[in-house]
Amino acid sequence: MIQIKIDNNIVKVKPGTTILQACQQLGIEIPIFCYHEKLSIAGNCRMCLVEVKDNPKPVASCSIPVIDGMEIKTSSTMVRKARNGVMEFLLINHPLDCPICDQGGECDLQDIAMSYGRDKSRFNYNKRAVKEKNFGPLIKTVMTRCIHCTRCIRFATEIAGVPELGAIGMGENMEVVTYLDKSVTSEVSGNMIDICPVGALTSKPFSLTWRPWELNKTESIDVLDAVGSNIRVDSNNNEVMRVLPINNEEINEEWISDKTRFAYDGLKYNRLDVPFVKKNGLYKKTSWDNAFNLIKKEVLKTSGNKMSAIIGNQTDCESIILLKDLFTFFGCDNFLCSQNNSMYKSLPRFAYCFNTTIAGIDDSDLCLLVGTNPRTEASMVNTRIRKRYLEGNYEIFSIGPKMDLNYDCKHLGNNPQILEKIYNEKHFLSKKIRKSKKPIIILGDNIFNRKDAEAILGLVYRMCIKFPIIQKQKNDIIWNGYNILHHAASRVGALDLNFISSKPDFNLDKIYSLSKKKELDLVYLLGADEIETKKLENSFVIYQGHHGGYGSKNADIILPGSAFTEKNATFINLEGRLQQTFKSCNPPGEAKEDWKIIVALGKRFNTKFNYFSVEDVKNRLRKVNPIVFSSVNTIIKNKFLKFGKKRNISNLPFDLPITNFYLNDVISKSSKIMKKCSDEINNKNL
Amino acid sequence: MFKNLKYKVLKKVLKIVFFRDLIIGLLTTFKYIFKRKVTLNYPNEKGPISPRFKGEHALRRYPSGEERCIGCKLCEAICPAQAITIDTEPADKNGIRATTRYDIDMTKCIYCGLCEESCPTDAIVEGPNFEFATETRSELIYNKDKLLKNGDMWEEEIKMRLDSDSEYR
Repeated sequence: MIQIKIDNNIVKVKPGTTILQACQQLGIEIPIFCYHEKLSIAGNCRMCLVEVKDNPKPVASCSIPVIDGMEIKTSSTMVRKARNGVMEFLLINHPLDCPICDQGGECDLQDIAMSYGRDKSRFNYNKRAVKEKNFGPLIKTVMTRCIHCTRCIRFATEIAGVPELGAIGMGENMEVVTYLDKSVTSEVSGNMIDICPVGALTSKPFSLTWRPWELNKTESIDVLDAVGSNIRVDSNNNEVMRVLPINNEEINEEWISDKTRFAYDGLKYNRLDVPFVKKNGLYKKTSWDNAFNLIKKEVLKTSGNKMSAIIGNQTDCESIILLKDLFTFFGCDNFLCSQNNSMYKSLPRFAYCFNTTIAGIDDSDLCLLVGTNPRTEASMVNTRIRKRYLEGNYEIFSIGPKMDLNYDCKHLGNNPQILEKIYNEKHFLSKKIRKSKKPIIILGDNIFNRKDAEAILGLVYRMCIKFPIIQKQKNDIIWNGYNILHHAASRVGALDLNFISSKPDFNLDKIYSLSKKKELDLVYLLGADEIETKKLENSFVIYQGHHGGYGSKNADIILPGSAFTEKNATFINLEGRLQQTFKSCNPPGEAKEDWKIIVALGKRFNTKFNYFSVEDVKNRLRKVNPIVFSSVNTIIKNKFLKFGKKRNISNLPFDLPITNFYLNDVISKSSKIMKKCSDEINNKNL
Repeated sequence: MFKNLKYKVLKKVLKIVFFRDLIIGLLTTFKYIFKRKVTLNYPNEKGPISPRFKGEHALRRYPSGEERCIGCKLCEAICPAQAITIDTEPADKNGIRATTRYDIDMTKCIYCGLCEESCPTDAIVEGPNFEFATETRSELIYNKDKLLKNGDMWEEEIKMRLDSDSEYR
């Protein structure tokens, strides 16, 4: 520890900390533009100048590490004068168009100019004007406002891993450009907007709509992927206007993916606002009462074993448990928690969670990706892997389709039998895994969709024991490197609530074939949008969800539900962490919150559905699975139990669940912004 | 002591008998007949107004006829009475906002002038007009058309006043 003196306060800090960090530890605020915690240090804005004793000139505190016995002054007249000078230089070429700037109201330059700026300009010459650049469909540029902090360039090269941005020219003629005037092809490019301390990079879809102070802010979580990034939903007039990240070091740090940030406009198109009933192939508006009566009639016509309930990718835990309770009451056991042939039967919780945790990736030293592309399935996990990769001494291998990742990844082939080779020590990787101290293996969600899923899981289980993927110390797991990367936000929650059929071979194909044979009379789709309802022609299909699309097509009754921004709901992310979304808008038209619809439907039958608020439903959740649902925002250590079976593995190649990052769920599919992104950026096949 | 009281009573009686107070009062009135008049014949005559007078609101235009307001909503944000409501839409030409709605509820307005002070383009101003009393409340809810009409009507005087006060702003 080094002892230094800041403004007459004596502090002890670790060697290697910069003056700025030491000041921040003390709670002293130092104005910064170019410095960013998560990025490398540039030291080019000079706003963070402080006075150091025996130093003739003020120093940039962000880039100078502390030395023992340093005496720092942060509020002397010299510092003040120096910062005033820097501010004046920064404002020389800044257009001061705050009234028409989208950043106005949340601008670093505006805030700091309030304390360090002069009231009148002494600069009587022409200001610099810079041509707008093309950063793609998401980022609007007004480069005249740029103060050359280079945060965006560092973000693109370091965090996003797409070195497509750079500065050309020198001094006053410096310009930040995408070298080839092409769109930024990163899945996290939207974070540049947050990072930009001025209004040079702003959100294109949000531009010129509302001022930041007019928006209602709701802290929530994202459900477009299974990571559960913490977000702030800004809404106005019952419409989501933008989505911003909230800092959560354990999940998304301070980034979110572009889909999370920009798919919000899908929430206003294609919405279901009233119940519909199909009559002679045409949909007619109907009342809730009528819709429920029709469902009751159909339910009473048939028996429980001829029904089925399927949930979608964005369904919350509350409606899952209520739907399960309702259909168990009907005597039905045909539950399906995924919209493919995935078999999750008799899996311990350990076997379907991301056990290392997202923050735990930082500690790992070897990574094996099996049948997954984290860049599209969980961008925030991918940025973590890249972050770990940049720290060095990290090797990443992948088994599965070839993909475009933003770090070096050795592709071993697309054959599950490679895993067997590794297990039998006939592969060079075996030695590496054995040598490494904290290896992780990440399996894609899609391996459950394979016919030999149990065999692969069994093999991985044996690998976990044979290699130090799971390290035990007296029954305590000290390192857990077994991970499943889900891409659906509802999956872990549904599995925790055991929303699985007890029949051994019940999957989607079975549902289709049963329906073809007229042995399935009623199917309830709760937000299940990827079901081919044409194959369910012989069954009575009830679709409850927020968007009209693939799932609601051909449904006999459509019940309008609410999207994740319109309800207080519980979701469990891929790590098994329980999180809550909060309501920021009302659902459109007559649409209701999902749990309310199922409770209202349940009350038509003689169920004991005495739920009056979400809290009542949450109590039910806690009753069903007390371990998971009573601890908010924490990770439960799962018991390591045996899973999978010893069988032969086929050599069928792995496939990926997401082919188009920008258009893969019902919200992003209805989003115009995402469509534009897909058209412009996906040409590069992200 | 008794003698003193007698004297006081006599003095009071004499005051009443000779209308002393009335005469003093009338003398004051008589004096002012020969002085300069201070009252105004209001509807026909008006007193002087400071260039900083905060009267009826007006939205101004540039000499070219283009609206000055850029829809930055600073006036809406600063208004302590929350009397201003603005809706904007992007005017695609120059990448700036344009107002689609600019309402001032004059019954809420407290005439503090903060809207005028916050305006970066001198679009919303409080003009010299103070004679805008109406018979109904609803007439006092000004919309954009009314405000622009005010601006056109009072432009000359507003400009003169702004110019004369410009060095102090």
